[in-house]
Amino acid sequence: MDLVPVFARWLHFLAGVMWIGLLYYFNFVQVPALKAAAADGTAAGITKHVAPRALFYFRWAAIVTWLAGAALLGANFVNAFTLSKGYAGIGIGAWLGTIMLFNVWGVIWPNQQKILGMKPATDEEKNKARRVALLASRTNTMLSIPMLFFMAGGLTHKAAFGL
Amino acid sequence: MKNPLDSLWGTIISGLVLTAILYVIVKNFLT
Repeated sequence: MDLVPVFARWLHFLAGVMWIGLLYYFNFVQVPALKAAAADGTAAGITKHVAPRALFYFRWAAIVTWLAGAALLGANFVNAFTLSKGYAGIGIGAWLGTIMLFNVWGVIWPNQQKILGMKPATDEEKNKARRVALLASRTNTMLSIPMLFFMAGGLTHKAAFGL
Repeated sequence: MKNPLDSLWGTIISGLVLTAILYVIVKNFLT
């Protein structure tokens, strides 16, 4: 038994649950909670103590998920990303996951650094960063729906794709 | 037009619609 795919799949699931779990936490819990907390002046507790920790695990789990997924694809990595015959399902999932990873590191994290005061920014820049980070986060939530459909069904649920 | 990503339900519905579109593409053009 080849142990690399076994451990790669396990790690891919563990890190993926943490990544997408925190993504859903941000979208379904923290954003609405911050709105309510801003109204009664308690938002600082979330932005100071919760958000930075959640973002830390969120962005690093994204990297680990992608690397473990790449290891799991192994020799089929190119077949998946070129959507070769028989690999289009998992390939679409892999592309969606890759776009989401770039969204995390290229858009969400740099803007969150401004919002949370880790990078200097004017109030106007912070407001713009809030809007961009929210839309990027919502984009990833939207993309996670087809991503999980194709990841879960890409290689194994052959009946769904007639492969 | 309002951005569907401004609401959680809009986000979920957009994700489901995108899933259906990608499924049709994969099923008909990429298999």
